[in-house]
Parts: sequence; C-alpha cells; structure tokens
Amino acid sequence: MNGSQLTIDLAFTIFVLAILTGFAVISKVPATLHTPLMSGANSIHGIVLVGAMIIAVSANDPVTYLVSFLAVAFASLNVVGGYVVTDRMLQMFRRKPATPKAASAEGRS
Amino acid sequence: MTVSATTFDQIVRLVWLGGATAFVLGLVQMNSPATARNGNLLSAGGMAMAIAASAVWLLVLPPSGAFNPVGWAVILLGIVVGGGYGLYSARTVKMTAIPQLVSLFNAVGGGAAALIAISEYMGHVSAGAAPGLQDNMATVLDVVIGSVTFTGSLIASGKLMGLRITPSKPVRVPGGQALTGLLTAVAIVGALYIWFGNLSLPVLLAVVVAALLFGVTMTLPIGGADMPVVISLLNSFTGTAVAMAGFVLNNPLLIIAGALVGASGAILTKLMADAMNRSVLNIMVGGFGGGENAVVAVGGAGGSVREVSMDDAAIQLAYASEVIIVPGYGLAVAQAQHAVRELAEVLEARGVDVKYAIHPVAGRMPGHMNVLLAEANVPYTQLREMEDINPEFDRCDVALVVGANDVTNPAARRPGSPVSGMPILDVDHAKNIIVMKRSMGRGYAGIDNELYANPKTGMLFADAKAGLAELVAAVKSL
Repeated sequence: MNGSQLTIDLAFTIFVLAILTGFAVISKVPATLHTPLMSGANSIHGIVLVGAMIIAVSANDPVTYLVSFLAVAFASLNVVGGYVVTDRMLQMFRRKPATPKAASAEGRS
Repeated sequence: MTVSATTFDQIVRLVWLGGATAFVLGLVQMNSPATARNGNLLSAGGMAMAIAASAVWLLVLPPSGAFNPVGWAVILLGIVVGGGYGLYSARTVKMTAIPQLVSLFNAVGGGAAALIAISEYMGHVSAGAAPGLQDNMATVLDVVIGSVTFTGSLIASGKLMGLRITPSKPVRVPGGQALTGLLTAVAIVGALYIWFGNLSLPVLLAVVVAALLFGVTMTLPIGGADMPVVISLLNSFTGTAVAMAGFVLNNPLLIIAGALVGASGAILTKLMADAMNRSVLNIMVGGFGGGENAVVAVGGAGGSVREVSMDDAAIQLAYASEVIIVPGYGLAVAQAQHAVRELAEVLEARGVDVKYAIHPVAGRMPGHMNVLLAEANVPYTQLREMEDINPEFDRCDVALVVGANDVTNPAARRPGSPVSGMPILDVDHAKNIIVMKRSMGRGYAGIDNELYANPKTGMLFADAKAGLAELVAAVKSL
C-alpha cells in the first residue's frame, strides 16, 4: 500500500463520525424528496469506483483482472446511472410560473 | 519531481476530504425542493473530483510500485461499459420504473464492494500471508453484506418489474426457515474460520455463495408493496458494505461515503416502516402484520356501497370550493398522472382550490408519488404531506380518491384490523368522497375498506386514466 496508513482507531473514528453526520443530515429531509434522496445517496456509494480502480491497478493475473473489471463496471454503472437518474427526477421539481389562485395563506403553519 | 511523494499523497487526501464535504453539503441541499438539484450536482462534482484525484494518485503512486497497463485498460473498459450503460438506462427509463432502476444501481454497488474484498483476499492468499483480525473482519463483513445486497436488490428490482421468475406477490421459499438457518450457519462458521486467522479462499467463496443465496431467500418472500422499505434497507446495506471496503483498502473516502449512505438508508428505512406502522424486522420476516384472526367485519350489517355516475361526480367537483385529490399507486399503474393534472387544471380554471394529499407510502418508494406527479408538471406546492393535509379534510367539499386503498381505511384507527395503527389520510372527514376504482378489489392488506361503505362515499367504477379523462370532459361540458 502506498501513502500514509490509516490506523484502525482512526479509521473507526472516521466511520462513526460519518454515520452521525449521515443521521443529522438525513433526518431533516421532507418526504417529498425521499425518492430523489434515496437515489442521491445511492449514487454516493458509487465512490466504490475508487476502490475498484485500486484493485485493478494492483491486479496481476487473469482472475484478478476479471474481478477488477466487473468491480469497475459495476461501480461505474452505480455512479453514472445514479447521478443522472437523480438529476432527471429533480429536474421535475420546479415551481410553476404562476398558479391560477394564490395558495391559501394558512397553508404553511 | 518537485513535490515529494508524501506531500502529493497528502494533497490527494485533502481532495478526498473536499469530495466527502461535497457529499454532505449536497445531501443538506436536498432538504428542500428548491435547492435539491444543486445539491445533487454538488455531490456529483465532488464525486468527479474525488475519482479524478484518485486516478492521478494511482498513476503517480501505483500501489504495486510500477505502472500496470493491463490494469488501466481494465479500468477504462469497465468505465466505458458500466458508465455507458448507466448513462443510457438513466436517461431512457420511464419515471414509473425508477424504483427498479435505483434498485439495480444499488445491486451493482454492493456487488462491486464485495468484489473488492474478494480481490484483496485473493492477493493475501497468493502472497500466503493471512491479514490481521481487523482486515479479516472487514473482509468478511464486506463480502457478506455486499453479496446479500447484490442478489437481494436484483430480486427486488425483478419484483418491481413484474418478472415471472420474481413475482411481486410474496413467494414462499421451500423449506424457508431451515434454508435460511443453514445459510446463516454456513456464513457464520466461515466467518469465524477466517477471523481466527485461517487463510482459505474456498471458505471465503463458500461464505459468498451462502450470502448470495441468503439475499434471494430474504427478498423473495416479501410482497411488492413492501419493496420501498426493502430497497431503502438494501441501500443502507450497500453503504455499509462500501464502508467495509474502505476498511479493507485503508481508504478514508470509502469509509466516509459508505457510512454516510449507511446512516441515511437506515433513517429512510425507519421512516418508511413507521409510516406503515410496522417494524423493519416484521417486514423482513414477511407477511402483513398479525391480527388476521381479529379482522372486524366491514361496517357491520349491510355495508352496501353507493355508486355515483360520471356526470354527478363532475358536478360535485366543479361546484366545490376545495377539492383534495388522494392519489395512490393505482394511479401510477394506470399511467394517469397527466390525466389527474388535467382534471386539476380544469377545476382550478373554475376557481376550485385543488390540493393533493400524499401519504408517505404512496407509490413504490418513499416520495415516489411526488416524483410521478412532478413529472406530470403538478407544481410541488400543491403536493401536501399527510400531517399537513389531514386537518384540511374537515373543510374540503370533495375528496377524490384515485387508486389509493389501505391508506384511506378508517379501520386503521381501531385495534383489531391488519392495518390498525397505520397512519391514514382522514379522507372520511371530507363532506363528500368520490372513490375512483376499477372494481371492489382489496388493497395489499387484503381487507375491505370501510371508507367505501361510508354514506358520504360515492364509488366511481372506472380505469383511472380513462375515468379521469371522462371526468375532465364532463367538467368542461358543464
């Protein structure tokens, strides 16, 4: 492995803090956006592509090359498809220029 | 080289930190419809940056010490094949088919995470050196969670597509409990064997196979209506698997991103399950929550239903001052989103105040109904969530229920029914209720809807799309 090594205590610290961040960020999202959010979160784990690239450049025989190829292709499908489909969904959430009647004032409590 | 290897390595790690920050801020921006698209783009930008930095990092500081041309060919080919298919499918998919596509993307993400651990383990085997306990634990967890997610999500996707091999209705797996127990036993024994420092690829592969089969047996018995919860749970699993891959590879970026998604998926899963008043465990075990022996008869004696004609319904709607539309999955199945928007527009043109009441589990994924209606150009300001809209039913003149069933059943307010305790839309509080439905068929819970026997309810038997089009025509002719 190249570069600085991550010690297990440090790795675990990062892991736990990231989980807490995830809880804090997600719990505020309204139900309206749950599907795009799930899809968006789904794209984020496409970061696994970086891992797939790491194993590909470390591969050295036909079997590991094949495994790496599958991993890279899978991860690319995840990351590219995920972001594009999320964007397509979010593109649709736009306010209409003008609604015939102004929304009732008591709407938002 | 002007920059030392250590400095370069640190720069790459800072770029990774930037990428991780973009993921978090992107998710924060997804809190509101107005900024959500920017949030996703920010997240995508962070991703592109992190991947590009990683590519340069691997070129400058190759882990094996030398440039690996075959490895890079494999990477480029994989990106072209996987990314190309991803781009194509994401751009061409119909909005109603989004859940199964997201499920597919989730499956391959989990598969990639599992493959990473398998590949790393093969490296250890060929080097003949067993890795430490921490690496072993991360490897086994990655492989198990990734494999379960891979097959589980594929089955979920197949169920949503309605493939014949994966029917959407619950499927009993022959010898279900025993088989699941056996698979679990294989996985645990294998995991312990590896954890104790034994180096054996066959054992790891046996664990993989057991986990793959487990993913199938876990998802097959779950009904189509529960798929939102399942997909959400599997999304969380993939995140966790990716975080484990981060432990295996000693990579902080994978750990952060994976843990973020693991946490978000878990929250979403819980929200979904809460909305159905079921525990996640209960859903995963299968079957609609207990109490079947205590089903209360509909409306006591003579719970007859009243039918309403298309013209009557049109008159009620056209002369109302406030109408609340309650769309359900039946609306999406009939592809009637545009028809319902058209009806709303005709009514609004007559000065009627139209809102949509969206139950949290309407559709096949949390918020799915919102996406479907947004696609049909329904302004999101008209889409109201359950807590927000429920008090308004008391004031509304007509509630129009299209393709929704269990989420409107007043029986949920009393104990003793399979839907008891599930939060429902208070449709029965409306002054008049029109239920558009193809037949008197039952919802997923398999029970009669007491709403239909309500004297205020008029049943309008029609296909959602054709029926709404007729309603539009009828309102226009008034």
